[in-house]
Amino acid sequence: MLFSEATQLGPDFFALAPWIIFFPVIGLMINMFLGGKFKERTIGAIGASASGLSFLVAVLMVVSLYFNHEGAIIPLAEWIHIGELQLDWTLRVDTLSATMMLMVSGVGTLIHIYAIGYMHEDVRFKNDLGRYQRFFVFFNLFIAAMMILVSADSYLMLFVGWEGVGLCSYLLIGFWYDKDLLGRPGTENALAGSKAFIANRVGDFGFLMAAFTMFWTFRTVTFSGVFEQVHQIAETQPGAILAITLFMLLGVTGKSAQLPLFVWLPDAMAGPTPVSALIHAATMVTAGVYLVARSAPLFSAVPEAQGVVALVGGITALFAATIAVGQYDLKKVLAYSTISQLGFMVAAVGMGAYVAGMFHLVTHAFFKALLFLSAGSVILGVERGHHHLAHHGDHHDEEVFDPGDMRLMGGLRKRMPITFWVFLVGAVALAGIPPLAGFFSKDEILAEAFQLNLPVYVMLAIAAFFTAFYMGRQIWMVFFGAPRHEAAAHAEESPPVITIPLIALATLSVVGGVLNLPWVHSFTHWLESTYESFHMHLHPGEFNLQVALISTGLALLAIFFSWLLYGRKPFEKGQKDPLQKGLGPIFTGMNRKWFVDEIYEALFINRYIDLAKFLSVKVDWEFWHDWFHDQVIGKLYSTGARILAEPIDLGIIDGVSKSLAKIFGTLSEATRKLQTGYVRNYALAVFAGVVIILGYLILA
Amino acid sequence: MIPVSYYIILSAILFTLGAVCVLIRRNAIVVFMGIELMLNSANLAFVAFANQYQMLSGQIFVFFVMTVAAAEVAVGLALIVTIFKAKQSIDVDQMSSLKG
Repeated sequence: MLFSEATQLGPDFFALAPWIIFFPVIGLMINMFLGGKFKERTIGAIGASASGLSFLVAVLMVVSLYFNHEGAIIPLAEWIHIGELQLDWTLRVDTLSATMMLMVSGVGTLIHIYAIGYMHEDVRFKNDLGRYQRFFVFFNLFIAAMMILVSADSYLMLFVGWEGVGLCSYLLIGFWYDKDLLGRPGTENALAGSKAFIANRVGDFGFLMAAFTMFWTFRTVTFSGVFEQVHQIAETQPGAILAITLFMLLGVTGKSAQLPLFVWLPDAMAGPTPVSALIHAATMVTAGVYLVARSAPLFSAVPEAQGVVALVGGITALFAATIAVGQYDLKKVLAYSTISQLGFMVAAVGMGAYVAGMFHLVTHAFFKALLFLSAGSVILGVERGHHHLAHHGDHHDEEVFDPGDMRLMGGLRKRMPITFWVFLVGAVALAGIPPLAGFFSKDEILAEAFQLNLPVYVMLAIAAFFTAFYMGRQIWMVFFGAPRHEAAAHAEESPPVITIPLIALATLSVVGGVLNLPWVHSFTHWLESTYESFHMHLHPGEFNLQVALISTGLALLAIFFSWLLYGRKPFEKGQKDPLQKGLGPIFTGMNRKWFVDEIYEALFINRYIDLAKFLSVKVDWEFWHDWFHDQVIGKLYSTGARILAEPIDLGIIDGVSKSLAKIFGTLSEATRKLQTGYVRNYALAVFAGVVIILGYLILA
Repeated sequence: MIPVSYYIILSAILFTLGAVCVLIRRNAIVVFMGIELMLNSANLAFVAFANQYQMLSGQIFVFFVMTVAAAEVAVGLALIVTIFKAKQSIDVDQMSSLKG
């Protein structure tokens, strides 16, 4: 009852809300136009402080909301006024959007600070200040776009932010666009960016269709306008709402990397690690969950759609968790884990457990950002070790070294103690061991699922088991045992600019569960005011001891299994994965991501290439060029030109002028004989003429 | 009183002689003489009729005709002299450069 009982009006800073967008925009402007003259640290400081100021505004919003639960709607500028469509740039500050603002700017600021150190350390960086500047411009742009997304008051404004974050995602995945995954010249990173962008286009198509259908049905796209009419429309046109929600789900699967559009997220790990943490773990990918939570009145009106959303979330959670088990790349494991956790959130909001979904969204932002950032720290540490070797002449070979390969790590616990501890905190939080943040949020989802949707509960519980297993596997492989590569043996701990944000995030991961403790439900009450304004009632999720025991037991069991396989007898250099012995082809399936990329390639990409080839070779070249242009138009023209040239031009037009000339020639030939040159003849003619005229005058 | 028809007949005979002279002679000077003869035959007809009708206008006309004839002779003789200088001949048939 922490927030809900204060009813007196207190300080009200809502008018400052636009600054939450303006600060990052100012930051990016400064860095974009003046950054060329700044030093590296200055650029980073400007970027981080722009995000930090945004965070301050978010804090002020939360303080204001604490006293004024209804929130506020802040008009900013006129936008589109066409006929019935009356849209303005309007910011909506309510408890739901403020939660997102606080989370995005808070985690964002920590990651900005981390990025100052990380980008400097990145081996690909090579003191290229232009890159550094560009990175922070994109980062601030992302914060601004994400703020537009969460503060939007209409679906169209939300779409602006939605596209904005998608653009930043594309720009940052392909940040090292001229390199491949290992930093050699290549196009892999650029292709990964394109893949993300294209997969998101499919989702955005769904979003747009949803928005169009919505305008067609409701004649408005503002949240309040739509939600007020939901009950009425649900009775008259339930099909329209079903279509809207399902199209919206397509958008969600794109942005939040759910089945079937999740394939872009693992490849998105091509971006620098802070990008993976900020965009592809903590904030942007949760936009889909936020969208469903925001559109709760719509989804609640159509239980069929809710079932589909929950099922998509559940299947994704399980599917991605199994893939994560079979990965060797440090960041890929976390990427699939993110997909899986997003599946948890989507399943939760799909079942109508909006608070549980949002709660998990926030805690996941903490521990997944933490995990990614510490993975980045591990990679930097190993790279430093590799660098150290190269300098000390032990290793002269230019072998291709992948600093993210877990098979080459091991024993990093002693070399990088801070990173180890914070990674451990993140992993335990993710695995759902009490009393860390992940336990409370995940358990709330599981408890809700247990009540609302048993099949999804089963899937989520198994996914939770896998989650604990792959995190255990990762910890044992990376931090325990003996180093399996010289670079890992010489790894060095990261500087404070990197470890301090990690410690902050680790603290949040530990205490994040306080947000919505069972029996207290402060987060539920916090969000209640938003949902009440939509005429929805939230029921506080009940703590289910049985569910909590089962999930904790499963998590501990999974960690025990992972210890059995990877901890008891440390992974050896060049050894086959212990799971591969036991599971054989199943492990290959997990490792190869169940061949989803290959299936998509066969089903869609190759068909698309076939279509493109068909269009270019058959339709464009053979039909249009060879047949239509050459045969039809070309022949038609040459035939037409011949007809015009031979019979018409040569025959008629030339004939007329030639015969005219001939007539005059003949005539003049005849008359020239009259011109004798003898004066007498002329005189005679004059004389004869006079005689004739006179004769006529006299006789007539 | 001599009847006017005599003058007219004489005038006609003179005009015919002049015209034939113009048409058939090749010497340019003789052609000029033919033209003069025709002009003077016309003059004769004018004065005859003026006398017949007692109108002075016919006689005045004769003065004009004589003036014109004098001018024409002056121009014509100048032409003939120039042609002679160029061609060493005044045969009009030699001057047929404009033959078609």
